[in-house]
Amino acid sequence: MLPTRRKKLGRLLVLTALAISLASCSIIGIPDSPLNSLDPQGPFAERIDNLFWPVFWVATVVFVLVEGAMVVSLFLFRDRPGRKEPRQIHGNNKLEIMWTIIPAVILASIAIPTVRGITDLTECGADAYPIQVIGHQWWFEYRYPQEEVVTGTELVMPAGREVCATMTSEDVLHNFWIPALNGKRYLVPGQETQLRLEAFEPGTFIGQCAEFCGLSHSLMRARAVALTEDEFASWVSSQQEPAAQPAEGSEAAAGLEVFLNRCTQCHTVDPFNVVALDEFSGPDLTHFMSRDTIAGGALEYSRENLTRWLANPPEVKPGSYMPDLGLTQEEIDSLIAFLETLE
Amino acid sequence: MTAAAHEAQSPHQDLHESTGVENRKLAMWAFLSSEFLFFGALITNYLLYVGREFASGPKPSEIYDIPFTSVSSFVLLMSSLTMVLAHNALSRGDQGATRTWLLATAMLGSVFLAGQVFEFTEFITLENMTLATNPSASAFYVLTGFHGTHVAIGVIMLLSLFGLSKRMGGLTNRQFLNLELVGLYWHFVDIIWIVIFTVVYLLTAVPGAS
Amino acid sequence: MTTAAEKATTIFRRPRAETGFWSWLTTVDHKKIGILYGYTAFIFFVIGGAEALLLRIHLASAESNVLSAADYNGLFTTHGLTMIFLVVMPMSAAFMNYLLPLMIGARDVAFPRLNALSYWIFLFGGIFLYSGLLFSAVAPPLGVVPGIPGNLDPSDARSFGALPDGGWFMYQPNAAQEFSPSLAIDFAALGLQILGVASLISAVNFIVTFFNLRAKGMRLLRVPVFIWMTVVVAFLLLFSLPIIAIALFMVTFDRQFGTLFFDATAGGDPILWQHLFWLFGHPEVYILILPAMGIVSEIIPVFSRKPLFGYAAVVFAGAGIAFLGFGVWAHHMFSSGITTVAQVGFGLTTMTIAIPTGVKIFNWMGTMWLGRLQLKTPMWFAIGFLTMFTIGGLSGVTHAVVPSDWQQTDTYYIVAHFHYVLFGGAIFGLFGGLYYWFPKFSGRMMNDRLGKVHFWLWMIGFNMTFAPMHWLGLQGMIRRTWRYDPSLETWNRIVTVGAFIIAIGLLVFIFNFRTSKRRGEIAGMDPWDARTLEWSIPNPTPAFNFAEVPIVHGLDEFWHQKYTEDKTGRPIRKPEADEQVARLEDIGINPPEPVHLPNPSYFPIVMAAGLPLIAYGIIFHRSIAGKALIVLGVVIALAALIGWGSEPLEEAH
Repeated sequence: MLPTRRKKLGRLLVLTALAISLASCSIIGIPDSPLNSLDPQGPFAERIDNLFWPVFWVATVVFVLVEGAMVVSLFLFRDRPGRKEPRQIHGNNKLEIMWTIIPAVILASIAIPTVRGITDLTECGADAYPIQVIGHQWWFEYRYPQEEVVTGTELVMPAGREVCATMTSEDVLHNFWIPALNGKRYLVPGQETQLRLEAFEPGTFIGQCAEFCGLSHSLMRARAVALTEDEFASWVSSQQEPAAQPAEGSEAAAGLEVFLNRCTQCHTVDPFNVVALDEFSGPDLTHFMSRDTIAGGALEYSRENLTRWLANPPEVKPGSYMPDLGLTQEEIDSLIAFLETLE
Repeated sequence: MTAAAHEAQSPHQDLHESTGVENRKLAMWAFLSSEFLFFGALITNYLLYVGREFASGPKPSEIYDIPFTSVSSFVLLMSSLTMVLAHNALSRGDQGATRTWLLATAMLGSVFLAGQVFEFTEFITLENMTLATNPSASAFYVLTGFHGTHVAIGVIMLLSLFGLSKRMGGLTNRQFLNLELVGLYWHFVDIIWIVIFTVVYLLTAVPGAS
Repeated sequence: MTTAAEKATTIFRRPRAETGFWSWLTTVDHKKIGILYGYTAFIFFVIGGAEALLLRIHLASAESNVLSAADYNGLFTTHGLTMIFLVVMPMSAAFMNYLLPLMIGARDVAFPRLNALSYWIFLFGGIFLYSGLLFSAVAPPLGVVPGIPGNLDPSDARSFGALPDGGWFMYQPNAAQEFSPSLAIDFAALGLQILGVASLISAVNFIVTFFNLRAKGMRLLRVPVFIWMTVVVAFLLLFSLPIIAIALFMVTFDRQFGTLFFDATAGGDPILWQHLFWLFGHPEVYILILPAMGIVSEIIPVFSRKPLFGYAAVVFAGAGIAFLGFGVWAHHMFSSGITTVAQVGFGLTTMTIAIPTGVKIFNWMGTMWLGRLQLKTPMWFAIGFLTMFTIGGLSGVTHAVVPSDWQQTDTYYIVAHFHYVLFGGAIFGLFGGLYYWFPKFSGRMMNDRLGKVHFWLWMIGFNMTFAPMHWLGLQGMIRRTWRYDPSLETWNRIVTVGAFIIAIGLLVFIFNFRTSKRRGEIAGMDPWDARTLEWSIPNPTPAFNFAEVPIVHGLDEFWHQKYTEDKTGRPIRKPEADEQVARLEDIGINPPEPVHLPNPSYFPIVMAAGLPLIAYGIIFHRSIAGKALIVLGVVIALAALIGWGSEPLEEAH
């Protein structure tokens, strides 16, 4: 009776193990997530990566040794018929000292690169390119003080050059994270924090607010777009241009009318209206079309998505401070026509 | 004294007390050690905001009335002395003197509390500093308010002992321990005030600002 | 006793029931209180588990709408609060209450009525915390502005109404009035405050019991490790609770009375909340894990048939962990922008904690090495604890490497880490203890085969649930996320399946518990051939614990009553051992002389009822009803206090 049940249990275990390994085989084919933190694309992230892996392998070795010893002792010392009572060993001081000192030595060897990593990575370099990051529920605002440029969600930066992000928050805590470029740093209301960012090569790197910040925390996304020196310079000069006047009688002109009536309490389009920077405000829309995403990164830009967003923002982003304005389909269409002129 | 402590031991416990300290006294010590951290956190909290500037003022450090608070601190300090005298009187078995000193301690505590009420009223009405003026003011009121609450609870305990003694014509050996516990508590509240007065008032007061 | 006392007790007829409903409400017996703690914690465990399952059902797909964002936020917050404050802490308290007197040879704790008070405060605190749910229907709730900031789509209505939604650590200012104007955070803050009072009372009680009530001869280094861990936890509570009390008061004052502690626009400091919270919160982590470590330290020697290897080292390592636990709090804040020096300092102290933790693990393994392992259910759970906790400890070391923590913090990597420590560690340890000490309070054995089924279901389900979370975190899945990248869906489905396997395991346990309690094999006095004093008295434990108070001659006193050693150090059962055990059981069942016990009392439960009333009053203090509630609560508590003071612990006999 008992042995057969044991066998059944054993068979069950083998089957489960098989199922798990089959599952993991199919999982190997899964692509990395865009927020993968193990794929550094800049010097700071790479430095962290170089710190993580050795520690990971040390931990793995310790893991294998400890769990291995556990499994071995289960096999060697499990009670079987005829096994004698064990000798009553109360301890061994040499062993105690050994297993105090060896971990201490291992930890000390981890501590040295850790300390150097902290000191090297926290303070911005002297000639870093300065950018301000301001957190809002639920989008990131970027200001380029030297160039007087303001944008949101997508942090455009020169590649191959250190960017020093000086960060704060307008409301609650946020946490700015571009895994490919560096670790996280909080955005604290009333205080300033700094984060070093640098990309080796031009490219787009996905980011996310990592600190729980309310209803649409999970949709508060960010991107870093690294451009070559030249591309960056031309991006800056295009951002400094005001928007063009839409042609008289065009759909865009009707859209501007809707914009001026419904959107200007929170949004700016230079030169049509200007909301003071530090008033509560939504993103600056002067160069709306220069960005790939809308709604604080919650949606990729497309006409359908923009329609969905304008029709009912809280449906896209729960709790969104942009309310459902009750726009008609006609108003939405003309607004989109206007927004699409904002290169 | 030891005899009193022995008799006061809870009767279900026929085991010895390993530390030789009566259960309830040990409990009081443990509780007070926790209270030290309670006030430690409040004081640290206040100190954190001392050096900061706020949009709206005043900060408590700018409006302290040091001479006034010195007097009320002295009153509270004296109450510790009368507490010791009450304790002494009871261990001599002098019930009348015990009552006198208990009442004196409670009175001194009440005078201190009255001083605090006066101080708060002045700050709020004359200096316009309320709980919601700035974080420093918040920290000040919450800290001194919690201390005041502790003093008030102490006064109630002292008065209960006084009343008990009055009604029963004296405190029994068993109640000697109660008096000791109230004494411990009272001295603790006193010591905390000394720290508050030194650190929160004297060290942070802006000279001549008041 | 005194005439005054007798007069006073006539207000209330003293409760006399020894069985039935009233006996549970009025009991001051540490065993009954322990059982109450256990059942209550278990009910909350089922609730917290159901919340986790809802979360996992939602997360089974990346764009799921099973839960609205608001409900999702409420559920993960409440899941955390429940599991920490209403499950692991009280479940540990259940064992501490039941076993502390038994393992040190005492008849009760130092303050039996305070012990009852502590339980009732805990129960009412837990109910209070959840009662916020009821107030979502009250709109607007007695003068308080309801709702949440921003705009909600009608489809995003909150079915779970006023569940607190700030994460269990309620970071400011997200949990401040401005950004969380519903009553939920107030219920959480005041609920935790009430629970803190319960824990503080227990802590004081246990400390005094430990220092004063040990049986004759039980010197400090003869005290069982579980009891050592109990007292270490009591000290941790004693020194960390006042700090969270202050922090919670600051939140309540900010939200209710207009103070500005965390209001950045007025110069307040949101990071201060984090320092205060984690100055409590990190010791709290050890409050959660040390009792389980103690339990495991009791189980492993018994089922290895060897004394605990390096007893003193295990005890000192536990104390060392607790001590260091006060110096590492800012490692929860490495990405908050604290100074470089602070990051270095807290990184280093965090690493040092690994040393005593390692010492413990090595000593447990040293105990098993060369032993004669009886692989019964409690032992399997202890082994589960050891293996899973080791994983959690090692992932913890990777967090001490501060720059790599900048990448991992706030991701599922952290979620994986602390579940390995708190579920793989604390919960496995506590369930091991439940299987081990089940005969102690029921007189019967748990079914071992079902126990093993439970264990393996949990082992598989647990690893399926939490191991992939390491990978999810490294892949950038942030914690507390209502949406995630679709590329992570497969892993999340595996996790969800794992969570359901855990739930099935729990059902097996519930079935086993119920049937074993009714029809389980009769345990006898010493079913495990155990080592410590609680097994030297009959099962179930008689009301008076010890018919004759033991005199202790060494560590593992009961074992040495039964066994001596031969020249090679192997144990030989003493010829008179069976006779001795039979004698102990006999006097336990038929005590030679009557033992007087403290009488039951109404006052603890009445007094405890005052606290939630005061808390409701504070929440609704702007209305007359609220003010009246505060007064009523204070009056009830004071009246109970007076009654308590004038009622003797025992009636004259």
